[in-house]
Amino acid sequence: MLARRNDIVKQLRRLVPDAVLIADEEGCRTFESDALTAYRCLPLAVLLPGTTEEVAAILRFCQDNHIKVVPRGAGTSLCGGALPLEDAVVLCLSRMNKVLEVDPKNRIARVEAGITNIAITEAASKHGFFYAPDPSSQVACTVGGNIATNSGGAHCLKYGVTVNNLLGVRMVTMDGEIIDIGGVHFDAPGYDFLPLITGSEGQLGVVTEATVRLLPAPEGTRPVLIGFDSSEAAASCVAAIIAAGIVPVAIEFMDRPAIHVCEHFVPAGYPLDAEAALIIEVEGSEDEIEYLLEKIEDIARDFLPTSLRRSQSPDETAMIWKGRKAAFGAIGQISDYYCMDGVIPLSQLPKALDEIGWICRKYRFDVANIFHAGDGNLHPLILYNANDSVQLERVELCGAEILKLCVELGGCLTGEHGVGIEKRELMYEQYTDEDIDQQVRVKEEFDPSWLLNPGKVFPIEGRDALRLRSVELQGLEVDVVTETVAVEEELVEGHDAP
Amino acid sequence: MTGHMRLGFHAPETEEELQHLVAEAAETRTPLEVMGTGTKRELGHPIGAGAVVSTEAMTGVTLYEPTELVLVAKAGTPLTEIDAALAENDQELPFEPVDFGPVLGYGPGDGTLGGMIGTNISGSRRLLKGAARDHVLGVRAVNGRGELIKAGGRVMKNVTGYDLSRTLAGSWGTLAVMTEIALKVLPAQRESRTIICFGLTDQTAVEALCIATGLPYEVSGALHLHADIAARMSDAEIAGAEGAVTAIRVENFPASARYRASRVRQSLLAYSPALELDAERSKAFWDDVRALKMFQGRANPLWRISTKPTSAAKLIGNLLRTIDVRVAYDWSGGLIWVETPPLTDGGAVDIRRTLAELGGHATLIRADDTIRAGIDVFQPLDPQTAVFSAKLKHAFDPLGIFNPGRMYRDM
Repeated sequence: MLARRNDIVKQLRRLVPDAVLIADEEGCRTFESDALTAYRCLPLAVLLPGTTEEVAAILRFCQDNHIKVVPRGAGTSLCGGALPLEDAVVLCLSRMNKVLEVDPKNRIARVEAGITNIAITEAASKHGFFYAPDPSSQVACTVGGNIATNSGGAHCLKYGVTVNNLLGVRMVTMDGEIIDIGGVHFDAPGYDFLPLITGSEGQLGVVTEATVRLLPAPEGTRPVLIGFDSSEAAASCVAAIIAAGIVPVAIEFMDRPAIHVCEHFVPAGYPLDAEAALIIEVEGSEDEIEYLLEKIEDIARDFLPTSLRRSQSPDETAMIWKGRKAAFGAIGQISDYYCMDGVIPLSQLPKALDEIGWICRKYRFDVANIFHAGDGNLHPLILYNANDSVQLERVELCGAEILKLCVELGGCLTGEHGVGIEKRELMYEQYTDEDIDQQVRVKEEFDPSWLLNPGKVFPIEGRDALRLRSVELQGLEVDVVTETVAVEEELVEGHDAP
Repeated sequence: MTGHMRLGFHAPETEEELQHLVAEAAETRTPLEVMGTGTKRELGHPIGAGAVVSTEAMTGVTLYEPTELVLVAKAGTPLTEIDAALAENDQELPFEPVDFGPVLGYGPGDGTLGGMIGTNISGSRRLLKGAARDHVLGVRAVNGRGELIKAGGRVMKNVTGYDLSRTLAGSWGTLAVMTEIALKVLPAQRESRTIICFGLTDQTAVEALCIATGLPYEVSGALHLHADIAARMSDAEIAGAEGAVTAIRVENFPASARYRASRVRQSLLAYSPALELDAERSKAFWDDVRALKMFQGRANPLWRISTKPTSAAKLIGNLLRTIDVRVAYDWSGGLIWVETPPLTDGGAVDIRRTLAELGGHATLIRADDTIRAGIDVFQPLDPQTAVFSAKLKHAFDPLGIFNPGRMYRDM
């Protein structure tokens, strides 16, 4: 393969002369990892196309020449979703960053996939609208990447995640076909491919354009910061608020370590004396905000808060959110961290936090918890030293144990970061052989040669195991690979599903 | 190819029974008509399957955690049971699913959870809160190989592998038979109020609705009824208005609903808002809309058109040049219900020609068997999407045993 490298690069340059092509080692180095920096790999080459047609030409060429492709947005994936392979071309969409249309009457925006998340809201705000999903990395991450991992964010408790705010995509399949899915109107005719594509981690096609739903900006927003002397009290408070019929626009949770790190980084007035804090934000007119915050504060008083502070100004609100959104960066300044993304049913929150603490102590790591409490999406940040290979190995074991716990408690491995390479081997914790087979069968229909972002999402054995079982279903499968069955049999035996 | 499977009606009580049934159907290549209680059997192409599999014997809410906003129920659970369970905790299905029962000759609330999600039916509030499929958190289902699969889960966020659960929403039982569904639910809206304008033209009405939905007052219903359609509503003042009716709904806790209604009125002064329905009348009005009251008790073909709001009035204007239609716009024009005269094609040719110019898609909701057998009930797919659809079908149901031809003839 590597011997073919120069030849491939030469051909690609001829094929798409206007695309940016990076083939030198130093240039490729920039793309050797994503935000899961513990893993690095130099790709064969990096291509930055400027048009959908170029993407189509590149994919068709790669299909014909059996070259793997790793799609990439801004490379902010925390799970190695954009990690290159040495025999793959990285297809980076970041040059395709234009707003194509903002249509306030129909409340939609059409954008290129490489645009940053925040740029959509920036373009829509002059019409009084915004784009709802707001992952913490929103200043950097691209909407294409958001689609790949079905990103959420702090405000998705009220507004939903990416799939709930997407109306259509233009996508290029591995064989170079350009297809429009969905559109400017609600609900597509026939099957609904948008949820299938959203969250498929770039394995079914490369999205080059998106049509998203815009929402009218609220009249006002205001958060209240509430400190508690235990995580249990904070968690019970969240449940009580929802039971009272109030769904705030955001409920964010921080534990003591997170509060201290964030306050040090952005002095937003987080309660340093508390064991846990909630940022609860509501929206509406002055009166509506007043009414809701009063009800929320009343409920919170039942859980003996150590402090209760309503934001008094837009500046204060901005600081409170700045600290929260900078949390990962703030923690990154004091230590390397391994960021988990498990989800649990909200009622299990106290138990989950307790067990996470116990697991981390067992592995001798400190942990800071900061997450979206309203929807049970945990982000334990395990602090470790990335330059110590022993610690790296241990932190991965620790993380895996936490994610298994989330599944045991009725939740899942990942809420918004994706599976990538990081969690692929844990997929059998959540799914049976049949569950995985069904997903793999979908993948095989759309990319039968497994060229598009291969090695992600599915356990390495997943695909081969399917083929083995297909032999047993005589007559159902047309293309069955039989020559390696003996080897695969051994692989499969060790993999009993839970 | 057909083997020895017992034809007729099957209502398995467990997933295992269903798996055996499907596996047997696969082995003998016996097509299966998939349904819940069958209230939407007259929707879609008639299926000639000799065997029917119903989920109606798999019922019951299996998990409901009001503080987690999650409800899990078996696919055959009647919607009335789900609504009742939610109501006990002042919660609701946020997407306000339309009840097709009464327009298709069944009772209100006769449908099942599986039927609602399988057809992805959302109502007026879809405008604000999203579609039925947006609220699906996870499913258990039996695929065309007779395998039990689960996808998604019961938590609010989940990107662990492909989202096959929302993909099954709206697949009309052609990919898998769902056995259990987890849904996101929300606290019920405490109060609604509705602003009414009378006598607006379609163009002006859609303009007003688009303004209203762009305001920060969370408009959750944006409807425009032609005069002859409005006359069929229960509210005496609206039915007797003898003109078109444009309705805008806001919701929240009582003081907020009143505030929002007054702000919407202020913003629409140019359109002469003449009436504000209080909580009780507002609820009754939208209950009518949810049951498609304005199209009940009739046999005329009924279409559901999805388009861009700003194209809606022009689309109907063009259509009215060739056929006499009765029209209700919802979703600020993004959804149009169209009742056509009893033409042999139900108006399909004219509707689809008009859509081809302006964009959007149309599904025939009500028509007799002869009409439905003769035309495309669902919007014909472009060649690429058809290829995509065939691939998805093959991934779930490689032998094509589930609801063959229900959506598209060759699928």
